[in-house]
Amino acid sequence: MTNEEPLLPYGERYAWGYMTTAIAVPVVYVIVMLGRLRGVPADQVDFQVPLFIAVGASIVLNMFLAPPPRKGRDRRDERDKAISAAAERAGFGALGIGFLLPFGLVLAEVDYVWIAGAIYLVYCASAVATSIATIVGYRRGL
Amino acid sequence: MSVARKTKVTNNIRALRFANGEMTQAQLADRIDVTRQTVIAIEQGRYSPSLEMAFQIARVFGVALEEVFGYDEPD
Repeated sequence: MTNEEPLLPYGERYAWGYMTTAIAVPVVYVIVMLGRLRGVPADQVDFQVPLFIAVGASIVLNMFLAPPPRKGRDRRDERDKAISAAAERAGFGALGIGFLLPFGLVLAEVDYVWIAGAIYLVYCASAVATSIATIVGYRRGL
Repeated sequence: MSVARKTKVTNNIRALRFANGEMTQAQLADRIDVTRQTVIAIEQGRYSPSLEMAFQIARVFGVALEEVFGYDEPD
């Protein structure tokens, strides 16, 4: 029933949840990794397990903060799709530009921990950019 | 202060809703199968509907498209 429709459209609620995950999890990952890197050579730091945990935590957290649309309640129409498409373009742009960072790190032949971290953070930054563009699309209009 | 980006498409949806038995935004949204937020965004000029949705809205009110929507000519 439309009268029971939530105040915020599904797409905007999803974007807020998605952005929360895309900021919170990498912040924890960076804190953990900085702790592990203290006093240990970068080429001996175990980064694979924390990285997998971070990716897994993002998936689980998104299930709660950015759940899939509820049948019959979270209607999506052409405006939602247009905003989503514009936001995806923004996110893809951020990904394209952001990947210059890990690319540069590879060329500089730094340790894997930095390259893996940079790739992960660029993905997260892309998710944040997509979320922000979505929220702006809903608030300001296309 | 409003930061909303206005489209050049103007509309009389609010007036038409009131002229049609004080139809609510939710009722109009149901009739054209969109969310209430989309109706609000169109009314406030934050979203230009597709031609198909524009025709659907005009059909709900039983008027021609030009009676619902207008277009601000660029200066």
